Amino acid sequence: MTALNLLYTDIEDDLRATLRDLLADLCTPAAVSAVYDGDRSLVAPLWKAVAADLGLAGLLVPEALGGAGASAREAAVVLEELGRASAPVPFLTSAVVATMLLLNAGDDLLPAVASGERTAALAIPLSTAPHALLAAVATDSQQRLTGVVTSVAGAAEADTLLVPASTADRIALYAVPVASASVAPVVSLDMTRQLADVTLDYAQGRLVLADAEPAIRAALRAAAALLASEQLGVSRWCLETTVAYLKERRQFGRPVGGFQALKHRLADLYTGIESAAAAARYAAAALAAGDLDLPVAASVAKAFCGDLAVLAAEEAIQLHGGIGMTWEYPAHLYLKRAKADQLALGTPAEHRAQLAELVDLTMRAPGA
Amino acid sequence: MALAQNDPAGELRRHVAAFLATHDPATMERLSFLRARYDAGLAWVAFPSGHGGLGLPGALQPDLDRLFAEAGAPDNNPRANIIGLGMAAPTILAFGTAEQKERYLRPLWTGEEIWCQLFSEPGAGSDLANVATRAVRDGDEWVVNGQKVWTSSAHTARFAILVARTDPDLPKHAGLTYFLCDMADPGVDVRPLRQITGEAEFNEVFLTDVRIPDAQRLGPEGGGWKVANATLNNERVAIGAAAVRESGIVGLVASTWREHPELRNTELHARLLKLWVEAEVARLTGQRLRQKLALGQPGPEGSAMKLTFARLSQQLTGLELELLGEEGLRYSDWTMVQPETVDFAGHDAGYRYLRAKGNSIEGGTSEILRNIIAERVLGLPAEPRVDKHRPWRELAR
Ligand SMILES: Cc1cc2nc3c(=O)[nH]c(=O)nc-3n(C[C@H](O)[C@H](O)[C@H](O)COP(=O)(O)OP(=O)(O)OC[C@H]3O[C@@H](n4cnc5c(N)ncnc54)[C@H](O)[C@@H]3O)c2cc1C
Repeated sequence: MTALNLLYTDIEDDLRATLRDLLADLCTPAAVSAVYDGDRSLVAPLWKAVAADLGLAGLLVPEALGGAGASAREAAVVLEELGRASAPVPFLTSAVVATMLLLNAGDDLLPAVASGERTAALAIPLSTAPHALLAAVATDSQQRLTGVVTSVAGAAEADTLLVPASTADRIALYAVPVASASVAPVVSLDMTRQLADVTLDYAQGRLVLADAEPAIRAALRAAAALLASEQLGVSRWCLETTVAYLKERRQFGRPVGGFQALKHRLADLYTGIESAAAAARYAAAALAAGDLDLPVAASVAKAFCGDLAVLAAEEAIQLHGGIGMTWEYPAHLYLKRAKADQLALGTPAEHRAQLAELVDLTMRAPGA
Repeated sequence: MALAQNDPAGELRRHVAAFLATHDPATMERLSFLRARYDAGLAWVAFPSGHGGLGLPGALQPDLDRLFAEAGAPDNNPRANIIGLGMAAPTILAFGTAEQKERYLRPLWTGEEIWCQLFSEPGAGSDLANVATRAVRDGDEWVVNGQKVWTSSAHTARFAILVARTDPDLPKHAGLTYFLCDMADPGVDVRPLRQITGEAEFNEVFLTDVRIPDAQRLGPEGGGWKVANATLNNERVAIGAAAVRESGIVGLVASTWREHPELRNTELHARLLKLWVEAEVARLTGQRLRQKLALGQPGPEGSAMKLTFARLSQQLTGLELELLGEEGLRYSDWTMVQPETVDFAGHDAGYRYLRAKGNSIEGGTSEILRNIIAERVLGLPAEPRVDKHRPWRELAR
């Protein structure tokens, strides 16, 4: 078994540089902050620039189907940068989750989603862990769907919803145009990944996958594996920004960053982030390679990076002092994103519980 | 009878019963009732008689408040005047003149006059002794100019406790003086500052030629550092004064656990129980601290209490969101409002999580509190200081 590459390739570095430039121009903290006050004018143009102009919506789609033919490794780098900028775009929900489902089904919608012309979202609560019970609406004999799915990420930006629905003995996946559904945005802890409640009332669906549960779980697992990279990006912003601030900020006649108590805190955070980078890269590489260790890799990464990003954001606020508690300073955007990411796609506790099964560390006696 | 003297709780109960026999909370107007309660010495038990108290042990305060609550009496809405009750009042009691105590303490306790704290500045946070706001004497008055920041409830306050520099030629700690500032002065300009919760709980306060009569100086000229430290020590003791088991944040998280069996898992269970034990021990530590402090002003020991309180409130609110899962991803409202109180229980778990981040910053950061414990309690050597003995005017900023 050769070890997976946990570093960044030159191509990945170039991709990062291009995206970082674009985000520095378009995705300013002030514009991001405005989404909390209901001004979402940043979202559509930014998503167009990322999805269509840079072509990142089709990253995971083979070239023959109109995509870039890249892998989960590049998608992970994109998520690192989107996390670092706290960017409010539906990349994870459309370009990762929905795209993987459409790929799995060989669905005709794929080229339009890959080009960024269309945006899709899986109608499932954002909190759903890959191994958890799946929410599904009801369906009738004419493929009409009825039910409510709460706290769906990416629905407000989508034109197509992929809706899990219960059939006699399994879960099927249907495509529903948002126009046939009622999508009610909800005030969210992280407004850069705003949730919506989706209500379907005899909405006409189009069958995408008849037996969709394995595909849905695989897509959620991929999303969990890659969200770790977003969490890494969030953590890096927090560390870099805090280090820069503490080099400048003076109290007691000297730069506050010179106090050993703070140096040790930041050194610990750096250590944690280097570990998070290893975990996140491993999950992305395992996903890209179709490695059998993916379930372990994804849960390790989601559990570790989820907690680490929250710690990084909490340290950023604390070490900035009063200014960290203000709306004006961007640290809060990262705290909210980090905390919501920790709860998304299964909490660290849920992933650790899942790992207990995967690596044979349950509470049950052997043979029980 | 000797027994009565050794039974302050019984004495207190008798006082309250006698008071309630002649003051019916059901029929009396709220403010008259509160003023009468103050005049009867049943406001803050540890204060001397004549100033709202009976000189009884401070540990009896929760009993006192409970007796009144059980009688259906109105309270003084303490959450709207946290700084007044927890910080300004004990400082005025310790350092005020007879006139100052007479003028300020009663309306402060009844809530007729809300107080705020004009200490921090852009350049003076952890390093409070670095304040640059200047107070210059002009006859019987002081003329004050400067900028304060992070001032909680400046928008509701009638008065402020203020630290200003009266002599820039002295070393930084020696040139400070403490004042009671009238927030209604036309030179006081309060501008809201929004917090990460969405609310504007604190403010920037610009002071332009604010005139403060010398009679509103608290303590001697140049004695501001000592008075300010008394305020801060009181603040740190006032924080986390939970009297009853599961009061405060741990109680809120415990209810969430009890009400939502479907959310439970073994890891969160273990973490909740660990924090529950720590919160219970913190409650007992607070009780013990208040018994120790029954006499006199609190010293630096209260820092440990505040340190624990901040850590627990942050860990518990973080855990609550993890427990809530999907519900924790939702938030009540980001609209900017200027609240009159800081109320953890009246908001959702997301607000609690965000607001609790301030607990380890306000009133002295947890890092500064650790320094205080290490240096002032344990007597470990202090950091080398370049700024302590030179005239404040000459320090690099
Ligand atoms: C919610 C809230 C309400 C507040 N209300 C009020 C109020 O009503 N009135 C008022 O006057 N002030 C108020 N404050 C201000 C508060 O007292 C200051 O924010 C606090 O003292 C820290 O100062 P600073 O913000 O300048 O941070 P800084 O002093 O710049 O600190 C930045 C970081 O450096 C650390 N640090 C600084 N010095 C050292 C050291 N020597 N060793 C190790 N670490 C160090 C700090 O702990 C912090 O993590 C409030 C603050 C908050 C967050």
